[in-house]
Amino acid sequence: MAKLVPALVSRLVIIIPYAWLLFFFLVPFFIVFRISLSQTAIAMPPYTPVFDLAEGLSGILASMRAFSADNYVWLTEDVLYFNAYVSSIVIATVSTFLTLLFGYPIAYGMAKAPGSMRPMLLMMVILPFWTSFLIRVYAWIAILKPEGLLNQFLLAIGIIDQPLIILNTNSAVYIGIVYSYLPFMVLPIYSALEKMDHSLIEAAQDLGCTPIKAFWRVTFPLSIPGVIAGCLLVFIPAVGEFVVPDLLGGSETLMIGKTLWNEFNSNRDWPVSSAVATILLLILVIPIVYFQNVQSRVDGEGR
Amino acid sequence: MEKWSRFNIASVLLGFGFLYLPIVLLVIFSFNESRLVTVWAGFSTKWYTQLWYNESLLNAAWVTVRVAFLSATLATVLGTMAALALVRYSRFRGRVLFSGMVYAPLVMPEVITGLSLLLLFVAIGLDRGFWTITLAHITFTMCFVAVVVQSRLLSFDQSIEEAALDLGATPVRAFFAITLPVIAPAVFSGWVLAFTLSLDDLVIASFTTGPGATTLPMKIYSQVRLGVTPEINAISTILIGIVALGAVIASLVTKRREVQRAKDERAAFAAIG
Repeated sequence: MAKLVPALVSRLVIIIPYAWLLFFFLVPFFIVFRISLSQTAIAMPPYTPVFDLAEGLSGILASMRAFSADNYVWLTEDVLYFNAYVSSIVIATVSTFLTLLFGYPIAYGMAKAPGSMRPMLLMMVILPFWTSFLIRVYAWIAILKPEGLLNQFLLAIGIIDQPLIILNTNSAVYIGIVYSYLPFMVLPIYSALEKMDHSLIEAAQDLGCTPIKAFWRVTFPLSIPGVIAGCLLVFIPAVGEFVVPDLLGGSETLMIGKTLWNEFNSNRDWPVSSAVATILLLILVIPIVYFQNVQSRVDGEGR
Repeated sequence: MEKWSRFNIASVLLGFGFLYLPIVLLVIFSFNESRLVTVWAGFSTKWYTQLWYNESLLNAAWVTVRVAFLSATLATVLGTMAALALVRYSRFRGRVLFSGMVYAPLVMPEVITGLSLLLLFVAIGLDRGFWTITLAHITFTMCFVAVVVQSRLLSFDQSIEEAALDLGATPVRAFFAITLPVIAPAVFSGWVLAFTLSLDDLVIASFTTGPGATTLPMKIYSQVRLGVTPEINAISTILIGIVALGAVIASLVTKRREVQRAKDERAAFAAIG
């Protein structure tokens, strides 16, 4: 008994966060799925049947009989939803690629910086991530507007003679996503590059590789785990992004996060929003599981 | 060590310029005399003075700070426990599911997290408002804390703690006497991260709130939808200032603690030896 108590106490370290996440993270998904099979109703909560444990097993069975896949049928019948899913994936893919294109040279430059400067550079990449996402996206409105700062600048130096229309187009959405998610791409690539053994590149160059060839044959392959982690950290949340398409995008911008938000907040249609969320989750399940594997492998290496 | 080439310096400078220029412009135009946010008309702090009289905004700020403080504190406790569970117990039933539940919220789109938590709160009949936002924020920020603390625990020399256990300390005592002081900087940065994430959150708070509890990001969002105004630039500047200050303090604390770390680990050895 004397040994059992400390053993139990140390078990609590697992049990408490485990129970918390089960209840507040996993169980809610089942509720979302269940409500996606309900019908919309003008009531509070606005769906029927309402799941009621008090009615016991018979009540649950009765409510299960009332389930229907109507909301999913509705989603397939309205081409708007299909287009929103496809366009979210396309926008997220293109943005991820652009973020990689911008982020890699930054991470590479940081990894090559003198050792004494690196902690400060690292801090400077993390800092914007701590600054409000909403505010950082908002800052771009004043820049991209037709009479905004970018157009004023370009007109002043004479590159253009007509203001560019960027705000409320998909280009603005790309800029917004690349900007807000850039630190997520830079950090994992930087940590992969920083860990790299420099003598490998020296060896490649001694053996006659040009610097560019040494980069593509040695440096880049070794940084791939960081590239994959960075791409997943950008891609997965970008598919469901709401703030960027809502503030910077226009009527042509179809993204599923925005569709879900409108369905929920404007149409008050909880069952259809739940169905939209369920399908979004199904689309993202594979990248998320892949991300978890990459992440736990990275964490395992530290031992 | 090869020298820092011009190409590398240029890419870092360009990258940082891209990251910081929009924020700098936003701060500059918060001091603009004119209502037009994109045309400079002279220096003024009037938008800041106006904020002071905007009661609903101040209320929202107060709600936000309380939510952030409470949720960050609880998330730090839960997240540190989760990190310990992941690092110290390599095998237990359901470990794969557990690590999955710790990592998934890091990338989960906010609209899904928000909607699912709202439906949970409705299903269990909780009144929506201050407490539901706090519970939601604990849930998603504890995972960020767990990742931050976990990376520190992985580089921590476990033999010190094992020595304490061998000498008869209970696990709880060994944790508070040895492990916690060493991982304290990571726990602290986890808290700061959780606090700022909660302070920022718009989507999850909008889903899980009820009548009466409006947070600052929700307030900012409803004004942003009506257009860019200098008042929003002014609130944003204050928020950025707080974050920057917090970051500077955190990095100073971390730096000092890092120097102390080797000393601590040696002292810990001395204390149990």
